[in-house]
Amino acid sequence: MLTLAHFLTLGAILFSLSIAGIFINRKNIIILLMCIELMLLAVNMNFVAFSRFLGNLDGQIFVFFILTVAAAEAGIGLAILVVLFRNRQTINVAELDDLKG
Amino acid sequence: MIVQELIFYAFSLVMIFAAVSVITVRNPVYAVLFLVLAFFSAAAIWLLLEAEFLAIILIVVYVGAVMVLFLFVVMMLDINLVPFKEGFIRYLPVAVLVALAMAVELLMVLWARGRFGADMFPVPPLSSADYSNTRELGQLLYSNYLLPFEVAGVILLVAIIAAVALTLRTRPGIRTQNPSAQVRTRRDESVRLVKMKSEKPRSV
Repeated sequence: MLTLAHFLTLGAILFSLSIAGIFINRKNIIILLMCIELMLLAVNMNFVAFSRFLGNLDGQIFVFFILTVAAAEAGIGLAILVVLFRNRQTINVAELDDLKG
Repeated sequence: MIVQELIFYAFSLVMIFAAVSVITVRNPVYAVLFLVLAFFSAAAIWLLLEAEFLAIILIVVYVGAVMVLFLFVVMMLDINLVPFKEGFIRYLPVAVLVALAMAVELLMVLWARGRFGADMFPVPPLSSADYSNTRELGQLLYSNYLLPFEVAGVILLVAIIAAVALTLRTRPGIRTQNPSAQVRTRRDESVRLVKMKSEKPRSV
């Protein structure tokens, strides 16, 4: 029988994987953005699961707004990425040290 | 019930495999495609949780727009793939350690003493066939959550304007029309009246 714990476990595993992804891909901003998307997906999974098992639709409304904000974040993040690449010809995080004193 | 479990485990496995591929695969294009696979599996699991509207939204809007935007940017940037994996081996142990520790902690919280088990959160019965998730969600969204809904629209508008403002550039040395100058033009800037005597017809 599928209980709430099953779905929360899936979310937890997904979240941990995306944390590992942020550690591994420290050079590539695009993969970092994708890891953040995965993290948001894990959180959304928890919201939907709780919404179902508590019989309350407010959780799904939250997912709706998270998706909205995530879309805005991805749009602006990718725009910044494009500008960055246009100016520096690289998106390697290690080379982006202009603000270093 | 057993069918539901089979579906859950199958899509969960696909999803975890896709997530592992996203963070380990070498080519960012493949990473985006695996992310799409992860989103599809998540949508299937959400269907299992009777969140039909969000499942469809996840595929139509998220995969259809946001992921395609990702793919677009990844393919547009002509990046050199070699230096991105140079820290891969170095950070792999610490990444595995942190992720494992986090996963174990979370799972201990989740599974200890049946805190989220069937006793505390009984499995709700399946909804009837005429239950409309979209209808319920819409009623909630347009009543209790009307103001957040409008704010979400404003956020998207701000995102549009910010993205356009960030990426818009004017290249020097390109001849383009200037519509405002064209509109502002007055008659005496473009028409010159010349006084001259009328020509007499030459007598033949």
